[in-house]
Amino acid sequence: MMTNKLFKNKEPLFHVVKRTDIPSWKAWLFRGGAILFGILIICLLLLIMKGANPFVVFGELFNGCFGSSRRTWLTFRQTALLLTVGLALIPAFKMKFWNLGANGQILIGALVSIMCMFYMGKAGVNDAVIIIVMIPLSILAGAIWAVIPAIFKAYFDTNESLFTLMMNYIAEGLVAVFLSAAVTSGSGTLDIQQAGNLPRLGNDHLLTIIVSIVLLVVMFIYLKYHKHGYELEVVGESQNTAKYVGINVKKVVIRTLILSGAICGLVGLLLAGAIDHTISTTTANNMGFTAIMVAWLAKFNPFLMVGTSFIITFLGRGMSQVQTRFDITNDSISDIAIGLVYFAIIAVEFFVSYKVVFRKKAPHIEVKEQNNLVTETKEDK
Amino acid sequence: MVAKNNTKNINITFENISKSFGVVKANQNVNLDIYEGEILALLGENGSGKTTLMNMLSGIYYPDEGNIYVKGEKVNIASPKDAFSYHIGMIHQHFKLIDVFTSLENIVLGIESNVSKKQKWSYFFKNFYKKKEDRETKYIDRASVKDARPIVQEICDKYGFILDLDKKVYDMSVSEKQTLEIVKTLYRGADILILDEPTAVLTPIEIDKLFNVLRNMKNDGKSIIIITHKLNEVMEISDRVAVLRKGECIGSVVTKNTNEAELTEMMVGEKIELNIKRDEPVNPVDRLIVKDLECKNEDGREILHDVSFTARSGEILGIAGISGSGQKELLETIAGLIKGSSGEITYINPKTDKEVNLRSKSPAQIRDLGVRLSFVPEDRLGMGLVGNMDLVDNMMLRSYRKSKSHLVDRKKPTELANEVVNELGVSTPSIHTSVRKLSGGNVQKVLVGREIASHPKVLMVAYPVRGLDINSSYLIYNLLNEQKKKGTAIIYVGEDLDVLIALSDRILVIGDGEVRGLVDARKTTKREIGLLMTKKNEGGLDDDK
Amino acid sequence: MIFFNTILPSAISIATIFLFGCVGEIIMEKSGHLNLGIPGVMCFGTLGGCVGVSIFMSSYSSDPLSAPWFGLVLISLLFSALFSLIAGLIYAFLTVTLKCNQNVTGLALTTFGGGVVDLFMSTIDKSYFSYASKIIRYHLPFADSLGAFGKIFFGHGILVYLGIVIALITAFILKKTRVGLSLRSIGENPATADAQGINVTKYKYGAILIGSIIAGFGGLFYVMDYVGGSWENSGTIQAFGWLALALVIFTVWRPSLAIIGSIIFGLFFILPSYVSGISFVTMKVLKILPYVITVIVLIITSIVGKKGVQPPSSLGQSYFREER
Repeated sequence: MMTNKLFKNKEPLFHVVKRTDIPSWKAWLFRGGAILFGILIICLLLLIMKGANPFVVFGELFNGCFGSSRRTWLTFRQTALLLTVGLALIPAFKMKFWNLGANGQILIGALVSIMCMFYMGKAGVNDAVIIIVMIPLSILAGAIWAVIPAIFKAYFDTNESLFTLMMNYIAEGLVAVFLSAAVTSGSGTLDIQQAGNLPRLGNDHLLTIIVSIVLLVVMFIYLKYHKHGYELEVVGESQNTAKYVGINVKKVVIRTLILSGAICGLVGLLLAGAIDHTISTTTANNMGFTAIMVAWLAKFNPFLMVGTSFIITFLGRGMSQVQTRFDITNDSISDIAIGLVYFAIIAVEFFVSYKVVFRKKAPHIEVKEQNNLVTETKEDK
Repeated sequence: MVAKNNTKNINITFENISKSFGVVKANQNVNLDIYEGEILALLGENGSGKTTLMNMLSGIYYPDEGNIYVKGEKVNIASPKDAFSYHIGMIHQHFKLIDVFTSLENIVLGIESNVSKKQKWSYFFKNFYKKKEDRETKYIDRASVKDARPIVQEICDKYGFILDLDKKVYDMSVSEKQTLEIVKTLYRGADILILDEPTAVLTPIEIDKLFNVLRNMKNDGKSIIIITHKLNEVMEISDRVAVLRKGECIGSVVTKNTNEAELTEMMVGEKIELNIKRDEPVNPVDRLIVKDLECKNEDGREILHDVSFTARSGEILGIAGISGSGQKELLETIAGLIKGSSGEITYINPKTDKEVNLRSKSPAQIRDLGVRLSFVPEDRLGMGLVGNMDLVDNMMLRSYRKSKSHLVDRKKPTELANEVVNELGVSTPSIHTSVRKLSGGNVQKVLVGREIASHPKVLMVAYPVRGLDINSSYLIYNLLNEQKKKGTAIIYVGEDLDVLIALSDRILVIGDGEVRGLVDARKTTKREIGLLMTKKNEGGLDDDK
Repeated sequence: MIFFNTILPSAISIATIFLFGCVGEIIMEKSGHLNLGIPGVMCFGTLGGCVGVSIFMSSYSSDPLSAPWFGLVLISLLFSALFSLIAGLIYAFLTVTLKCNQNVTGLALTTFGGGVVDLFMSTIDKSYFSYASKIIRYHLPFADSLGAFGKIFFGHGILVYLGIVIALITAFILKKTRVGLSLRSIGENPATADAQGINVTKYKYGAILIGSIIAGFGGLFYVMDYVGGSWENSGTIQAFGWLALALVIFTVWRPSLAIIGSIIFGLFFILPSYVSGISFVTMKVLKILPYVITVIVLIITSIVGKKGVQPPSSLGQSYFREER
């Protein structure tokens, strides 16, 4: 009875309803504000901790990304890589398959590339041959890494988030195994590999950027105009509908994840063959997770993803410059900044898709009269 | 009526209640009183806002505007918990049970303990060191699984419920689950009991039992609200009827002083002259022959048993039955969504007169065999269409595979979408609007329009007018009649017997997954079909007698 | 004999990190929330504990070893809980109140937590950490004289026992009490639980906050007990956090099994360093095993499909009552 009393006079001021009608410019304004909010918090933090002038922070942010031509190239390359991983993820996500295993798929692709470079290079195989062998192999490796969870998802409905997550660590473990076998020096790091490097196009960065642009266009067409893209969207929206129109759901799940993994494998190939020329357990640089954000923030739209992957890269690289400027030796500032921006954008999504409605009061007396009216007309009958 | 109202106290008052979902107004300025010790039938067509209104009383939804009074006091029911504290209990159409829990666990779930922490501890400290026989009598905690058992058993015995308290819900039949739901609500001491379409899943005997229980509870002074659209039940059980139409409360009448015709008029707003045009079938030939079809569900329970019938070209074959008798499974088995375990589904190709067996073929295989089979499923947005896709993309669901190119061709679907919008009068901002945003009637027009566009030889429709207004319903009937004229074999699963009798040529009655009879729609009566639906089966009837 | 004397005791020690993380995550997952932010939460717990220790030890700077055991343990747990609570609040607010995507929020929390702990650990006074660790690790003096038996059962600091006790209490609450029944029902079917009058939001918040606090203790234990008060960066803690997530699957969402499961994981983790004649490569192979086994468990439970060993049905989905 206590609860009875408690509730009697408490009328909720507002409640939450789904909204469908927010203009998109407003939504993007919200999201832009969220990013600014994240950066401002960092400025405040640095102001308190290091007495940093916020304008200097902003300056360093841009300096870190575009301060020299090398930095600019690096920013674009990093954006391109992140975009490519994001492109790998969207088909799976559109199908509502939570592929959290991009890290592992990248890593396994990189591992296979490096193994080709290392062992075939040791045996003195011609560079061209190594490249011809390592390209399909590393892409295949990524695809296999993604298709294993997909097969179990398709046939036994095994939870794919957890499965792909575990596959990341298995891939990491395999890299560690390779390193322990290949590196005898005791330093634990593999030397820069000279054999089997992918061809340089002008500089170290252009190849990656070109690959990402090509993939961007291909993926856009695949999703929007290819039958496969249409099918995977139907599967993601409703499996019942997919079955009703005769789509083989298992086949679509497996096929899509092969594609998703293959692109991740390709990223691994680029990292090993064109960028790092070596491997460690952190070669994937957590891009698999970052790309989840990138894809999600862009609403799984390939072209919007160019923007989101740029923003995340900008923050990451800019903030590391800020860190250096203010003598912080680890990645903490960029992690915090990116974390904050994520939170802010995630929170903003709520206000984009839901509306808080304040309650209107009902007019009292009129209602009573109306009520009697209705009953009376019925009684007259 | 006036005298009666004066002797009874008002238990609940709805005052100017409004609730909308997006652009859909589910309830508008509803005013309604509910008295103590009465059974109130809340009558209305599908989609008239009955369930939404009751969901606001039980705390599932919160009204946008207006007030609710319990025993004259303004209350604020923000959650089901609040509803329970006012002794309001609702039995939903879709049972709210936890599959992996037992009956008993489900019954005590969420109950506030009636014993204070202090009481519990003081009992513990006073007694834990004593021998069992020396201990004081222990308190009874209604929220504890152990203590609840005898109380629940008592309730079961009192009303004659048969319930295995340790059975897991996932092992239960539908009627067991409903029994559990009712016992659960009784255990919570509900004074105001709301039942949402309670008889839809029950056998006639079970319905009688239920009604007896309800009458007993009424005599205890409880208020009972039954949400229904079945007039015979309204007349049988209720004291008073409140009628909702398009979200508004039209008014309430005492059951004794009214009749079915008046209620129907209130419900639909005008007298329904079911004026469906019906032509004689032109040279009907056998198109789809189903023979001894059997089908099991995932748990291995038999859903269809020895079902046999023939659908003929140029003819509408109605299928009548209590909902959940296997209608859905029958259509889905024919469409290839469920694998039948034995029997034959033979399709006779009109051009070649070749026979093909469709059983255990997938929808894709059936299509590849050149079988022109269209299917309008019951679950429109969950199966027939993709809610988040626009009209164009939904139009090509069935046809996108036809072209040889790897890319999808949106030109023809766009034309089709425009055609459907214009010819069927679909009201939509554009053909690039997500179908989820359309109203129920428009969604159905889009779906039926697409299914007809492929010029089917067999057209199966399940509850095609459910939730539709009268005009849209007639549009659908006309479309079906046009198809019939073109020589399509139509299988129509419906719930409204009046419509079935007026529209169909023959009616197949099924019950519990078995064929109960086949009648000529021009000669039969509702009474005959009703009897066939509800009678216990005494060996299946031969369909082509 | 080396197994019981050295290997098992240290396996139990490392197991405690997983155990805290795992039990915390189980509580959250039982409420339907897959929190991929566990590594981040553990970072917050670490930072909190370290701040507490730092503040407490500063008043014993002349003779750090004289700091009282009880006070130190209490303060470090309190601060750890406080900080984990903040992490839990962020996650709960975003996923429960704002109904945001759980995967995305969790990953953001992990990034954020790593950054926060890295930044602030560099600013706090760590000079007495090794002393503090010695005090926190204090175990009953007679344990050493009892040989292997003593080492296994009595040779650990208080936090190890705390972990086991928490796991047992959690198991009891989930299985036997009304609160546990309600919580499990929310993870299975929040709409039903809601209709039964259970305050879904309250329970979800409760589960996430309590789960976060427990998981955060794992981070505290890692720095103050397992590695003896040294600090490098958030990387290792996060790795342990992911392992704790694996352990949840491995133990099929049962906190009581988590005690044994975590010791098995611990054995996998340290066994290679003790087995003589084992090659460096084999050692690395052994380190993959916990993940491989977890995957196998995940596959087997899904193939068997038995109700009761499955993930909670609503895991990963946010609940909005008026959805329709």
